[in-house]
Amino acid sequence: MREYGESEAVDFAIIGTGAGGGTLACKLAEHGFSVVAFDAGPYFRPLEDFASDESEQTKLYWTDDRIVDGANPLQMGSNNSGKAVGGSTVHFAMVSLRFRPEWFKSRSLLGYGADWPLNWREMWDYYREVEQALKIAGPVSYPWGPHRPRYPYRAHPLNAAARALAKGCEAMGIQWTETPLATLSAPRGLAHPCVYRGFCVTGCSTNAKQSALVTWIPRAIAAGTEIRDLAMVGRIELDNAGLVTGVHYHRDGAWHFQRARNVVVAGYAIETPRLLLNSANRKFPDGLANSSGLVGKNLMAQSNQAVWGVMDHEVRSYKGPPSLAITEHWNYEDKGKDFFGGYSYMSQGPLPQLWADTQMSAHGLWGSRLMAEMKNYNHVVGLKIVGEMLPQEANRVTLTDELDQYGLRIPRITYSWCDNDKRLIDHSLRFMTQALRAADARDLWTQDDDTCHLNGTARMGSDAANSVVDADCRSWDIPNLWICDGSIFPTVGGVNPSLTIQAIACRTADRIKALALRGELEAHAFG
Amino acid sequence: MHDFRKIPAGQDRYPGYDVLAKRLGPSWNEQTRRVITRRLSIGAEPQFFTAEEFQTVTAIAARIVPQSAARPPVPVAALVDEKLFRGALDGFRLAGTPRDGDAWRLGLKALDAEARTAYGGLFHSLAEGLQDALLTRMQAGELKAPQWGSMPPKDFFEKRMARDIVLAYYAHPTAWSEIGWGGPASPRGYVRLDFDERDPWEAAEAGSGDEASVRRINRHVR
Repeated sequence: MREYGESEAVDFAIIGTGAGGGTLACKLAEHGFSVVAFDAGPYFRPLEDFASDESEQTKLYWTDDRIVDGANPLQMGSNNSGKAVGGSTVHFAMVSLRFRPEWFKSRSLLGYGADWPLNWREMWDYYREVEQALKIAGPVSYPWGPHRPRYPYRAHPLNAAARALAKGCEAMGIQWTETPLATLSAPRGLAHPCVYRGFCVTGCSTNAKQSALVTWIPRAIAAGTEIRDLAMVGRIELDNAGLVTGVHYHRDGAWHFQRARNVVVAGYAIETPRLLLNSANRKFPDGLANSSGLVGKNLMAQSNQAVWGVMDHEVRSYKGPPSLAITEHWNYEDKGKDFFGGYSYMSQGPLPQLWADTQMSAHGLWGSRLMAEMKNYNHVVGLKIVGEMLPQEANRVTLTDELDQYGLRIPRITYSWCDNDKRLIDHSLRFMTQALRAADARDLWTQDDDTCHLNGTARMGSDAANSVVDADCRSWDIPNLWICDGSIFPTVGGVNPSLTIQAIACRTADRIKALALRGELEAHAFG
Repeated sequence: MHDFRKIPAGQDRYPGYDVLAKRLGPSWNEQTRRVITRRLSIGAEPQFFTAEEFQTVTAIAARIVPQSAARPPVPVAALVDEKLFRGALDGFRLAGTPRDGDAWRLGLKALDAEARTAYGGLFHSLAEGLQDALLTRMQAGELKAPQWGSMPPKDFFEKRMARDIVLAYYAHPTAWSEIGWGGPASPRGYVRLDFDERDPWEAAEAGSGDEASVRRINRHVR
C-alpha cells in the first residue's frame, strides 16, 4: 500500500471508508488523484478475524457513547452503524436495490419530501456500474420500474423463509422476486460462492459478501490510495481564506494533522454532521458547510417493523442470507395508500441473540414464556419492511457537552415519527399480517418499533439556502469540502440505501474529474 | 412437518443434541473455537459487580431466563459481568440514563429499594412470585421510587437489564442446543434450505418419530 507523509498535501482526505467513502476513494484514485482514506475502525481480514458468533462480531459496530431522545428514540450501535474499514457494509444484509425513479423528484412528482438535484436516467447508469462492480446476484427480470440491465450473477436459491414470503404475495395477488444481493452466487477471484451460513449481518467470514471491504477498498489500494485505519478524525482545519487545509485525527494515542487539498466527509448520517459541527471555528461558528442551518437536520431512519409468526413446518430461517425474497409492490403502487412514500418488505432470518432480544423487547416476553417461545425458533417466519420516513427538521443530530474517549463532544440524536410515518407503518403491518396468514403462519404478532439505516443531515439540493451540498456532493459554503455518504439524501425511499450511496459516489468521482479537467477544483495537482 | 404443539412444554425439543459436539468439525473455524472457549472459561466470580450486586443480578437472571436442570447451566450473571467489566457499550443510551455499567448499578439499587418498600426485603431474598411481580411492574413502567433518578425503569428493563441478560443467555452453547440452532457455521454452511429440510449436521426435532431415534440422530450430529 502506498503511504503519504502528513506534511504532503494529498488531493483528497476522505473520512470514512464505507459505501460512500470507500467507493469514492477507489474511483478518485483510479481517476489519478492522490487519496488518503481514514477510518476510525480497524482493517479486518475476515478470513482470519471473523468468528461465527453474534457477540464477538459486535466488534464491527460503532458503539461509542451517544445520547438518543425524542418521541421515538433510535436504537443505535448495531444494524445502523459500523466502525471498521468498509463501514457498515461489512455487516450489511447485502440488499442492493435501485430507487424508484420518481423518488428523485418526489416533491414535484409525488407531492412530498424534497427533490434531488439528480436525474434518474443518469443514476440508472451509475446503478449499473455498482451492480457490476459488486457482481450482484439478482433475478432474470425485475418486476418493478423501468427496464434495467441483467444482473451480473444469477439469483440465490430461496430458503423456506423466502418461500413463505412468495406464498403470501401470491395469495395477496402481488408480485415478489428474488432479492438482488451483494453476495456471490458463483466464484469470483479467490472467493467461492456464498455457503449459506447465515451470519451475514454479523460479518461474512468467507468473503462471499461483496462489501466495500472486499470490493472498492482493494481496488482503491491498487490505484494508490492509502487506507489509514484506527484513525478518528476529530476536526477539519481551515485557513484564513475559509478553505479546508486538512484534518486532525487521533491515532496511536496522539493527535496528528494530515494536509489535504480537499476533504470529503463520509462518516454516515451521525458522524458526518457531528464532525462538521465539532469543526466550528471563528469564521464558521455554527459548524462547517452550515450556512443553510441544515447540517444535522432532516435525519431520516427507515421504518423496520415486522410481523412474526410460527409455522407447523420447520423453517430454520438461520440458513442463507436473511432476506432472499422481496416485494417492492408498495414502493411502486400508489393506489390504496393513505400515506406518502413507499415500503418494501423482505423475508427474515434472525440469529438467536437478536431473536431473543426481539421477543423480550418487542413482544414483552421473559421468564418461562420467553423460554417456551424460543423453543419455536426453528418454526419462526417473519416479514419486515424497509419503509420510507419523511424528512423533518426536528429529527436531528446536535452536540452534547459530554465528551467521548477522544475528548470530542458526543452527539445527541433526536427522533420522532410524524403522522405520515405512522400511517405507512400501520398500512404495512396490516398488509403483512394478511400475507403471513395466507402463508399458513399462525400466532402472529407485530414488532411495532424498529428502524434501519440513517440518512439526511447534510442534504443535497439545487439551492444553497435549502441544502448543504450541490448535486456533486460539494458543499455550497466551502469549495474544497465535500460530503459523500447517506447524509446527502433529501429523501430515503423504501429501499436499502447502500446501492444508491455507492452510485452517487461513482457519479461524484466522475464529476470531480470533470471539474478538475475544467480547472474548477480548488488548489489541486491533477493533470 | 412436525406437530411440535403436541410436545409438552417441559420436554426437550432436541433431545441429545449438543452443538458443542460440532466443535472440532467443519462448521467451526479456529477463531470461533477460540471465542467460544474463552466464553466457556469465564469465572464465576464478579469483576465488575460487587458481591451484593452480583447476588441481585443472579436472582434477576434466574427470573428472566429460568434454566432447565436437564442441560448444563449458563452462568448468565457472570457473562453480564464480563461484558460490563470489558467496558463494552451498546452504543446509545436514552437522555437521562447513565452509561451502561452505571445504569446497572443505579437500577440494582433502585430495585432493592422497591423490594424493601413493597415487601420489606432485598430483591434476591424475596420469593420468586414476588420477584416476578416487581419485574412485571418494572417492565410496565409502574415503579416510582426516587432511587431511579432520571432513568425510566421501563427503559432500564427493556434496553439494559433484560437485554443484557437475554443476550448473555443466548450467547451460550447450552441455549443454542436447547432451541435446535445449528450454531457456528464456517467454513461449512448449509445445503438444504427448504421447508422441513435438515442437513445432517443440524439438530433433529422431537415429534417426528420416536424419541429414541431422534436422540440417536442428534447424538451423531457433528
